[in-house]
Amino acid sequence: MTAAFVAGADASSEVPLKRRLKRAERTRRLKALALILPLLLFLLFTFLGPIAGMLWRSVDDWEVRQVLPHTVAALADWDGKDVPGEPAFAALAGDIRTARDAGTVAIASKRLNYALNGFRTIMAGTARNLKTLPDPGTAKATLIAINPAWGERATWAAIKGASGPLTGFYLLGALDLTRNLDGAIVAAPEEQAIYRDVFGRTFTISFGVTALCLILGFPVAYMLATLPTGQSNLLMIFVLLPFWTSLLVRTCAWIVVLQSEGIVNDSLRWLGLIDEPLRLIYNRFGVYVAMTHVLLPFMILPLYSSMKSISPAYMRAAASLGASPVTAFLRVYLPQTVPGIGAGSLLVFILAIGYYITPALVGGAADQMISYFIAFYTTETVNWGLASALGAVLLLATLLLAVVYGKLVHGQQVTGGMKN
Amino acid sequence: MMDGGMVTTAQALVRFVGVQKTYDGEHLVVKNLDLDIRKGEFVTLLGPSGSGKTTTLMMLAGFEVPTHGEIYLADRPIKNMPPHKRDIGMVFQNYALFPHLTIEENVAFPLTVRKMPRAEVKERVRSALRMIKLENLAHRHPGQLSGGQQQRVALARALVFNPQLVLMDEPLGALDKRLREHMQLEIKQLHETMGITVVYVTHDQSEALTMSDRIAVFNDGIVQQIDRPDALYERPVNSFVANFIGENNVLAGTVENIEQGFCRVALAAGGSVVAQAINVAGPGTATALSVRPERISILTDGQAPDGLNALPAQVQDTIYLGDHALAVLKVAGNGEFMVKLPPGAHAGLSHGQSVSIGFRPEDCRALDPV
Repeated sequence: MTAAFVAGADASSEVPLKRRLKRAERTRRLKALALILPLLLFLLFTFLGPIAGMLWRSVDDWEVRQVLPHTVAALADWDGKDVPGEPAFAALAGDIRTARDAGTVAIASKRLNYALNGFRTIMAGTARNLKTLPDPGTAKATLIAINPAWGERATWAAIKGASGPLTGFYLLGALDLTRNLDGAIVAAPEEQAIYRDVFGRTFTISFGVTALCLILGFPVAYMLATLPTGQSNLLMIFVLLPFWTSLLVRTCAWIVVLQSEGIVNDSLRWLGLIDEPLRLIYNRFGVYVAMTHVLLPFMILPLYSSMKSISPAYMRAAASLGASPVTAFLRVYLPQTVPGIGAGSLLVFILAIGYYITPALVGGAADQMISYFIAFYTTETVNWGLASALGAVLLLATLLLAVVYGKLVHGQQVTGGMKN
Repeated sequence: MMDGGMVTTAQALVRFVGVQKTYDGEHLVVKNLDLDIRKGEFVTLLGPSGSGKTTTLMMLAGFEVPTHGEIYLADRPIKNMPPHKRDIGMVFQNYALFPHLTIEENVAFPLTVRKMPRAEVKERVRSALRMIKLENLAHRHPGQLSGGQQQRVALARALVFNPQLVLMDEPLGALDKRLREHMQLEIKQLHETMGITVVYVTHDQSEALTMSDRIAVFNDGIVQQIDRPDALYERPVNSFVANFIGENNVLAGTVENIEQGFCRVALAAGGSVVAQAINVAGPGTATALSVRPERISILTDGQAPDGLNALPAQVQDTIYLGDHALAVLKVAGNGEFMVKLPPGAHAGLSHGQSVSIGFRPEDCRALDPV
């Protein structure tokens, strides 16, 4: 009866069932969308927009193009094998005169100085000494007379390399790479090649902090999950208390505790265990201690929530089936905490690789992480291109991790017996 | 078959000797428990919640330690033996199947922790899954199975390593009625074909009556009576058992005299009846009479045959239940006095009608006052 009715309705209406379903669902979907719209807009303007802007800045190369437009045009066909001809010199002389009048020479010379150290001096001197436009045909001689550097291929290659509109210069720089005169990608000069080290250090510290958090947090989470509610709530407050305290306050507290005249050193000396104060801060040790302390709740909470959902009946079942406590833990309990371990580790690791204030306050010069350099280039030298490029590399690394984690968790779910 | 009573040590697989358990050091959850369980027997611990039956099971499994007394398993004291060394299979209330393992891996678990050779594990798991008819679901995860299927897997897992004893803690509590009745029969069949010894905990008396060889009725930390299901129903030794197992009619009264196992009881509301003296202190003491609804007849002509107890009654209500009918009467001040009638017999009764009821002294047991 019902089947016949449905079939009849299907045949009579021309609109296919799928379309009708979609139409029926559309209003509901629009309503849902309207509800999340404010958040969506907020994220767009405060999060996605700035990230897109940052990514754009890491490849955008506008300064030389804007200040020296004719030179850029004249160099378009330059093969880079020799010093360019008279037209390029004439265009450069015209551009520099215009730029001097407009007061924009510094913009271009700052960018050119990244590519070739000393370019700022060349530009400034040339702009100062080029009183009038050189006569046609004499531009090359005039400029070389002002500064012999104009007669060198490297000078012109720097302009050509910075002529935009897009550049890989900053991204290569963030990975300690650069282009040589012939445009091939080579390792950057040793005194400039620091970022791989810094990235390596950032990941080492973050990995170490994650491992420490896991080792310290696992037993705490286990205790929280197995204690009676009253006691576990009290303990949970102790876990959360630092969580609610300002990061800056906690970091400074560690300075007080760990410094040469601090509590730890004073106590050890009073006990007669040491004569000289131990160096506990402004080094890697201090960074590990302070960051682990700050990030521990981010490990404990996901672990706790995954452990809380594991019924004590599982361990009892394992014991009744003949598993010793160690076997039961390894084969029954631990595998069920894997999602929590994964979530906690990912959270701590991703937060750790972005750490800035804590290493800046309790670390030494060799313990500064990538964020420190991003901040340095953003606020100190205003080299936004390089700052953006470093940020982009960090973002990419973080995304890669998130994808790997997603794959792992997905795999876990497939073998983890979740309902599909 | 032996009646419920003392069992000699040689026959007993499990022996509780003077076991006591307290959690707070103030009041005993289990008071002085002596209980013997024979090999191959299906014993049910039945009682309301908080009666100590689950605590008893947990002490046997090793998850709780007796405060006093000793438990013997195959003549070995096991009070201080950790659970994983006891060789006892257990089926839990919510199955406790490991969610991260497949059905096959779950069933293989007790074998692999015993480091059994791989080929033998495979063979045993296969036959266990065949036994519960779930071979085709071997590679599923517990979350993908229905409640009844999960229950069967839990059973297979508890049986696959041939434990000397299997414990079941309200294993069917989470299933619906129809499935529960089906599983009761399935477990009973497994018990009979495999010859395993089962200790089963439930608060559902019909489940206990269906499955058990013997039932231990728990209340207030004490085993009130341990006996075969029919004996427990027909011959309860105290008011708690009489009321807990099946329907029971209670009449309060005072013992007048006791003679050859029978006593005359003066009812509080007037009149007197003759009952079996089962659990009475002596003449002049209070007692509660217990009569099963199906042992009572309604006397239409008002004349009781010789030797039959007869009491006046007033019809309160009649309930039609398909295969039988119930008459709710008011007898000697008890307004919920039930009489079981053959179907159709309730038609002649109307509300407020005065009738008289009769029952044999053999069917009326004088027990401890409630």
